[in-house]
Amino acid sequence: MTGAAALALASHWRRHPLQLFTLLAGLALATALWSAVQAVNAEARAAYARAAEQLGAAGYDRLESRSGAFMDVAAYVALRRAGWQVTPVLEGRMRLGPDRVTVVGIDPLTHPSLPALDEAAGRVQPGELLGPRGLLLADAGTAARIRARPDLPPVVEVEQIPPDTIITDIGLAERLLGLPGRVSRLLILPDQPQGIPPLTEIAPALERIDAAARSDMARLTDSFQLNLTAFGLLSFAVGLFIVHGTTGLAFEQRRPVFRTLRALGLPARRLTVLALAEMVLFATLAGGAGLVLGYLVAAALLPGVAATLGGIYGVPAPGSLTLRPEWIAGGMGMSLAGALLAGAQALWRLRRLPILAAPGQHAWGLAAARTDLALGAGGLALIAAGGLAMVLLDGLIAGFALLAGLMLGAALLLPPILGLILRLPLPRRAGAPDDPLAEWFRADMRAQLPGLSLALMALLLALAANIGVGTMVASFRLTFTSWLDQRLVSELYVTARDDAQGAQIARWLRPRVDAVLPIRAVELRAAGQPVFVHGIIDHPVYRDNWPLLDAAPGAWERLARGEGVLISEQLARRSGKWTGARLALGPGWERIVLGVYADYGNPTGQAMVSMEDLLEHARNVPNRRFGIRVAPERVPELIGALRAAFDLPAGALIDQAALKARSLEIFERTFVITGALNILTLGVAGFAILTSLLTLWSMRLPQLAPLWALGITRRRLMRLEILRSVALAGLTAMLALPLGLVLARVLLSVINVEAFGWRLPMHLFPLDWLRLLLLALAAAAVAAAIPARRLTGVPPSDLLKVFANER
Amino acid sequence: MLLTIDNVTKSWPGETAVPVLRGASLALAAGETLALTGESGSGKSTLLHLVAALDVFDSGEITIDGTALSGLDEAGRAALRRERVALVFQQFNLIPTLTVGQNLAFHARLAGRVDRDWIDRLTGRLGLGALIRRYPEQLSGGQQQRVAIGRALAMRPALLLADEPTGNLDEDSSDAVLDLMLELVAETGAALLLVTHSPRIAARLERRAHLAGGKIG
Amino acid sequence: MNARTLCALMIAVLALTVQTPEPARAQGFAGLGADAEGFAPVRPGVPLRFPADHGPHPDFRIEWWYLTANLTAADGTEYGIQWTLFRNALRPGEAEGWRSPQLWMGNAAVTSARAHRFAERRARGGIGQAGVTLSPFTAWIDDWRMEGPDDLSRLRLRASGSDFSYDLTLQARGPLVLHGRQGYSVKSAQGQASYYYSQPEYDVSGTLVLPEGRVEVTGKGWLDREWSSQPLAGDQAGWDWFGLRLDSGEKLMAFRLRGASGDFTAATWIEADGTATALAAGAFEVEPLETARVAGREVPVRWRIRLPGRGLDVEATALNPQSWMGTSFPYWEGPVRISGSHAGRGYLEMTGYEARGADAAR
Repeated sequence: MTGAAALALASHWRRHPLQLFTLLAGLALATALWSAVQAVNAEARAAYARAAEQLGAAGYDRLESRSGAFMDVAAYVALRRAGWQVTPVLEGRMRLGPDRVTVVGIDPLTHPSLPALDEAAGRVQPGELLGPRGLLLADAGTAARIRARPDLPPVVEVEQIPPDTIITDIGLAERLLGLPGRVSRLLILPDQPQGIPPLTEIAPALERIDAAARSDMARLTDSFQLNLTAFGLLSFAVGLFIVHGTTGLAFEQRRPVFRTLRALGLPARRLTVLALAEMVLFATLAGGAGLVLGYLVAAALLPGVAATLGGIYGVPAPGSLTLRPEWIAGGMGMSLAGALLAGAQALWRLRRLPILAAPGQHAWGLAAARTDLALGAGGLALIAAGGLAMVLLDGLIAGFALLAGLMLGAALLLPPILGLILRLPLPRRAGAPDDPLAEWFRADMRAQLPGLSLALMALLLALAANIGVGTMVASFRLTFTSWLDQRLVSELYVTARDDAQGAQIARWLRPRVDAVLPIRAVELRAAGQPVFVHGIIDHPVYRDNWPLLDAAPGAWERLARGEGVLISEQLARRSGKWTGARLALGPGWERIVLGVYADYGNPTGQAMVSMEDLLEHARNVPNRRFGIRVAPERVPELIGALRAAFDLPAGALIDQAALKARSLEIFERTFVITGALNILTLGVAGFAILTSLLTLWSMRLPQLAPLWALGITRRRLMRLEILRSVALAGLTAMLALPLGLVLARVLLSVINVEAFGWRLPMHLFPLDWLRLLLLALAAAAVAAAIPARRLTGVPPSDLLKVFANER
Repeated sequence: MLLTIDNVTKSWPGETAVPVLRGASLALAAGETLALTGESGSGKSTLLHLVAALDVFDSGEITIDGTALSGLDEAGRAALRRERVALVFQQFNLIPTLTVGQNLAFHARLAGRVDRDWIDRLTGRLGLGALIRRYPEQLSGGQQQRVAIGRALAMRPALLLADEPTGNLDEDSSDAVLDLMLELVAETGAALLLVTHSPRIAARLERRAHLAGGKIG
Repeated sequence: MNARTLCALMIAVLALTVQTPEPARAQGFAGLGADAEGFAPVRPGVPLRFPADHGPHPDFRIEWWYLTANLTAADGTEYGIQWTLFRNALRPGEAEGWRSPQLWMGNAAVTSARAHRFAERRARGGIGQAGVTLSPFTAWIDDWRMEGPDDLSRLRLRASGSDFSYDLTLQARGPLVLHGRQGYSVKSAQGQASYYYSQPEYDVSGTLVLPEGRVEVTGKGWLDREWSSQPLAGDQAGWDWFGLRLDSGEKLMAFRLRGASGDFTAATWIEADGTATALAAGAFEVEPLETARVAGREVPVRWRIRLPGRGLDVEATALNPQSWMGTSFPYWEGPVRISGSHAGRGYLEMTGYEARGADAAR
């Protein structure tokens, strides 16, 4: 009996292959996008974990300076002499060729085991690590770049070190980084002696950080990954809309079969189990396909992600995609859970299906009103919850909770709002001809809403996300480019081989150009994060061009006198230090914040002090880079003369336009993934509309046939069908616009601030909206035209069958 | 004559065409009522559909009020249905998304002949006054058919075509609906061509014709 | 703490000046047999000067401040304690900050018949984490300290590990003793030598903090000071060192260096009044009577010691045979009881007993 029943159930799909395809494709798409994002995130996380483990940072509690600046080695010695078993680590970034690499300095005598050191132990020449020249440990790629620099100590290749990372003795690290006597953090060793005094007594300026606390890298890229996850979830939700629609339809269509099977004695339980088994089978098939698809999508996205992580955040980038069992399990789990979630309503109804009820059509009026009420209440509740989350929580999570509440709430509110709009009395112009079709059209649209609402919600989310993210990116780009224009004032930028050549070049240039602006910076720690501290000379070019968001009176003059520091917006936001606050740049080096400047596109904090102040407090400040002010038309000539006079490495001379282009390129790379996911989401939403219309189509004939019988041509009916879909999409797009703008607002003023550390002005791009609207209308028209085109081909006899006795 | 059917033939297409009508002829004067009977599958519904310009015949001619249907294109046929003839089917007559009131006036509005008084009177006569805000699915079968009849007559058609209009109803309501329909048809002055398999119903109409072997005997 | 990595590293570091890349093990215990190129040589006839020589000698390769004491609790329980600060130089001389070539290592232990607890500390010179200074005398690594006036007549001694700590006060009895020829202590027939002096008798009192509680103790201590650039000959694998305090008030310092071409012994006899006599080579006879399996190797834990010329014929028995210092350079160091012709207590140190078939240096 079960076999026969299964056959009866399965026969439906044989007769409706399109529905089957829609169901499987929806589920597969949802799984694919979700698991693609998961795969990318998993790779990134694995890369951080590997790096943290290889650098020996994993598993130990650590001490960091409360002020967030570097601590002095004296703090380490004080703790040691009080009995605390700690070991110092100095970490910073050093320029190596065109890129920066992370230098990790450890004390091999006190540092616990490192995989990299174990690996190197057999091959290190005796004593070299602590010898007068010292020794660098790095992976093959970094080692090759080190060997190209004769001024650097010898290098030993160690496979276990992450890319772009050098491990070495702390004594050598402080020289390479120009940070003598500085320590980034102290690892607390597991074996502590008896009776040591509490930390608060010996080192009140230090803060103990639990080993479980996430690494800097993970924190830095949180926003990026949350972004990806949010997009993945959005895609999954949109995919589930498709599945829900299809399973619901299949249930409705098979209602007579179910009833017959029940009448023939199949227990309700058995029937439910059969339907459940069918769903699990589909979920497995679609999940498998989705995983394959997701793998391909992830493989396509990964290089972009790697570029973003490596280029923008400076963290080790994930390498190649590996198949992780947890990823496969997660993808299949999401597929199953999604299918069951989407089909739960159908299953529930199946379980309670009465054997004998007349097959009724939807009670358009009453049921719709009740549903609208529930949706409206749910939508408002979600939006309120999002707002509440913003008040109660803080940080990135709150921003995303607000966004999720807004988006989902707005999606739920869409059907009631559309229903309300469609119920508005049409303004009738006096003397206008009576148009009963228009009345029917509106009534019919209202009636179709429940069947289309899920697809329309998907469209709303996709459009709003597009508008929001598009506005954010475009606003950012506009701000960024105008900021670049202001900020990149020098016509030519020169990088010398070394400090000696730098000095020569500066001397040579001075009589020939309007100004030579040295670009000298060291990476320090301030407010618990790496900060580039630039020294600037007192030159009007800065005060004329450097845009300050916030400044104390006479900020530039006071800076020139060495009284204070100007800091970037990111640093100000993350440290909460604004104009007037005091910022510690190192032991005995605390300055008043004189102002805050915008520094878009840069994840690392920046600060500016006077050149004298920098040189007094930081040793080994490289003096290799200069900005040159010169009449623009003289730039090519000057480049030629510089090349002739000095043996300059490739890429040592870069003009303003090239630098701008390079900055913009980095900017664009950041948003490649966002753009790709945006398009994919919109595509899925378009597909959702198509599948909804396709599945609804079989119910359409009984609704259209009476109109045809009353003298409306099939062609006209087809046009009305397309118009209906376009009108619904258009209305949805209208509602998506404000939602998208709210989203953009939240992204710019909440998420961006949390994630990147800068607030951006919002710019509006109506042409983009128009393009998006047209795209949505076109998608809706195409989606409607595909089924509606059949109407013209239907022979009258098919339409007549609707009325026939032997139906 | 309001309606003449002259030697009309119709086959169902296929590998071997199945002839349904083999030269049916019939004439109906304005205001006349005629019951067309025949076995199941005899082609009586097909003939009704041809008269309603819902489908096209192979040869012969049908003329309604001087208009030859063979000369009409799809738009012309749609216009004919919209403005001249009214239809009542056995079921699924009504537009589910419109209320009873909207359904009643719908055809008249399409035809451009709205007579509010007449529609109100019809509504009263059909006993639908309390139901005009309801949707079709909230009505019983008899009530739905009364709405269909009301909608057909509201446009004051010259010719009313009905295909087993009471076929889905029990005998009591069937009789009540038929009585009302005949009464209102008489009042309107429309001609009625009614297809039925029931001799009992056929007996209620002025004329009867029987379709057998593709011809009217 | 991964000793394997660190030992490999330290040995690599200590073998810095080795020209031929032989296995580190062939260089004697802890590389002490390596050549001394660049470091100051140990020469005879150089008079020791105090208090300057209590301080560090960065131009020499190795140096130590080595204090052991035999203690007794009120209930009669015997304890031994060790406090050692080693200095190893990668290169001669001193420099500021992390660039200092001086590496420091501290070893501390508390031994009873039932338990041997030890700890190790490591530090870089130049940053202040470890060192020895004068005025007043302070030798320290982390929170371990040995401090007192420059003449070392009084010392306060502190150390702690994860399962013990101690805080002791020491009062010197008698003068410093210079070993060998006025402090020039020969270590091999080839002439390897070190500068070596001791304060062989301190009255000690203070507190041990052990897992079982605080223990007030009193007893006798012995301070050794030694520095050199290459104290072992290339073929010498290790040594056995005895610091014995006899109940008669006399004391004996004696060691045997075990070499492939025969053992090398030396000894100093110290009268009760502190008068010291360097004994002639061969005057001191030593013979292991019993071994114990310690950390995977056979280590002698009962010895027969004879000074035929002075009528001394005693057995020295380890208080705790498992007095193994499982530190970066592992060795045996623990209190002994003396019986036979004389009674007394003392300390025994044994190095270079390799685990059979295993590379114990690593």
